[in-house]
Amino acid sequence: MIKIKDLPDDNLFTAGHTACPGCGVAMSIRNAIRVLGKDTTVYVPASCAVVFGTTFPYGAWKVPFFHTAFENTGACLTGMKAAFEKKGKEVTAAGFAGDGGTYDIGLQSMSGAAERNDDVLYICLDNEAYMNTGIQRSGGTPFGAWTTTTPVGTKIQGNQRFKKNLGDIVVAHEIPYYATLSIGHPLDFIRKVEKAKSIKGFRFLHMFTPCIPGWKMDPAKTVEVTKLAVESGMWTLYEVENGEKRITYKPGKMKRVKDYLMMQGRFRHMGEEDIKKLQMWVCKKWSLHYKEKGAPEVCEIEPPVEHHAVTEEHREMHGP
Amino acid sequence: MKRVITGDHAVAMGAKLCRVEVVPAYPITPQTLIIEHIADFVNDGEMDAKFLTMESEHSVMSAAAAASAAGARVFTATSSQGLAFMHEMLYATAPLRLPVVMANASRTLGGPPGIWCEYNDSMGARDSGWLQVYVEDNQEALDMIIQSYRIAEDKRVLLPVMPCLDGFVLTHTVEPVEIPQQEDVDSFLPPYSPDITLDPARPAMIGTFMPAEYIMELRRQTALAMESAKKVIGEINDEFARRFGRNYGGLIDMYRMEDAEVALITMGTVTSTSREVVDDLRKAGKKVGIIKLRFFRPFPSEDLHKVLSGVSAVGVFDRSISYHGGGPVFNEVRSALYGNSLPIINHLAGIGGRDVTKEQIMKMFDVTIKAAKGEKMNLINWHNTRGESV
Repeated sequence: MIKIKDLPDDNLFTAGHTACPGCGVAMSIRNAIRVLGKDTTVYVPASCAVVFGTTFPYGAWKVPFFHTAFENTGACLTGMKAAFEKKGKEVTAAGFAGDGGTYDIGLQSMSGAAERNDDVLYICLDNEAYMNTGIQRSGGTPFGAWTTTTPVGTKIQGNQRFKKNLGDIVVAHEIPYYATLSIGHPLDFIRKVEKAKSIKGFRFLHMFTPCIPGWKMDPAKTVEVTKLAVESGMWTLYEVENGEKRITYKPGKMKRVKDYLMMQGRFRHMGEEDIKKLQMWVCKKWSLHYKEKGAPEVCEIEPPVEHHAVTEEHREMHGP
Repeated sequence: MKRVITGDHAVAMGAKLCRVEVVPAYPITPQTLIIEHIADFVNDGEMDAKFLTMESEHSVMSAAAAASAAGARVFTATSSQGLAFMHEMLYATAPLRLPVVMANASRTLGGPPGIWCEYNDSMGARDSGWLQVYVEDNQEALDMIIQSYRIAEDKRVLLPVMPCLDGFVLTHTVEPVEIPQQEDVDSFLPPYSPDITLDPARPAMIGTFMPAEYIMELRRQTALAMESAKKVIGEINDEFARRFGRNYGGLIDMYRMEDAEVALITMGTVTSTSREVVDDLRKAGKKVGIIKLRFFRPFPSEDLHKVLSGVSAVGVFDRSISYHGGGPVFNEVRSALYGNSLPIINHLAGIGGRDVTKEQIMKMFDVTIKAAKGEKMNLINWHNTRGESV
């Protein structure tokens, strides 16, 4: 495995791009491409990464870059890889798509490439909302989060659904490799990118990438927030290789989800009941994932009362 | 060698002869036979191409664009709803100058659904930057796949080309087709060698975010490429005629137009029926002729202006409606002939795949001849349509 100190700094994604300070997407791209190396061709669908990395006449990529639309990362990777294979070129075809471009509009295209087990590397940069269009809810948005399409209203506050379990959907395609990554855990990050690079077939790297304006957080805290996501169980680090799931990092002590939430403006409106509801979801996820109950001081809590969005009036109108 | 094959089979043979390298595919009636034949060629080892079974037409054109950008010669085929579904991606391939060739089996689009021949599928793509050529028979279908690659990959053009063949009338109907020899096609069509591709040895960024300060020049370059395609199409038609002995005329073809006083502009298979009608009318002493509109993009405005200079009226056949009264071809022709005072009469027929008979075409000439004589005729005529009495 490459050591951090030996990671090449050949600026394949150069400084001078226009991402926000502390952008989790930019950090993930930069570190991933350092491991993937120059014999890589990238596809980036519509996203901040296209704007901050490729606004003509400037360009941050020193490997070949392609972009056409939003919902087609899987298909474009399939197409470019087919051309490379036909021409006998050894090139890693890597896509960097956001959560909207993967969980939602690009799910079909990703699923097609996964099901065909095309020899491509799909990277999902998950910042949990449509950030490029100005923070709208996606299937990857967590429960309670404010976005401009899940506003904090007088009747309904924030996102009412829990984050979609994309990992299981991807893994269900029986692909050779799926892994979750965090820029707060660089050794684990590098090892997984290296491993994904070395495997043939459809590989999926799921990267947790904080968004400073979208999450309303301190730009100096990107790594800290990412670490807290893992320590609280909001994000888990694991890999599934040929169907075998392996936990690659387990927090020593489960932290309260509230500690994670309070670092971010997008959750700060949440009342105790909603926080409890989310905490219970995390505890369930934790016990399923780590095959052991979450910390008693975190998970042994009174269940929340019925969510306030479902009022008597609502029930009369829509049924139970 | 002559073989009796369907239009779809002829198209697939054309793609094989062009040694296409990547074929993303998705089934849709009446195109499906094309990709089935190609799948057979590939699985039987007759064709050395990457055949990609995509999960939608949108992904087909995405994969086609990416493979083309990575330097491969790409072929695919679609129709109707499929073309509509990939509409977004048509707008990526053309301005990014990716010379993909895609056959379109012309078929009615939208609700209520149908599967028969109409041009409202491809007409919706007229402003996407794709060249469009409408063929008359299975031989022309095969030959135009070969010519399309030469046109698309010409450095003066570098735009994608969509040969359109009439759904069922050609796609599922067998005709004798001369299959060109592989070595003849090889010497006519050299391997695709683009200057800029997605190549780690010479990294390039294709499809970068383009601010207003730069995009107008890019649009103009695409427009200029479309314009220069007019000359290229003529040159390649002539070279093809010399090598293979079949001359399609270029942007347009003509039948008995030498001394014609009244002309009918036709497209696709209706042209063949119209030739017979012209022969009949000529026997009866009427000086009529046909202009077969082959390329709709680029639109042969100059050619039409020239060949219609001595004509006293022109009828325009349209196999789709633009919902402003007339058909899209009618409006292009009127625009091309602006300043010319001759009557231009629109004949809508065959929409949704309804048969276009000799009697209907006779009626089209009849109406146009009356207009030529100065009689006041309706500008827009729906033929063989209930509630309309042309």
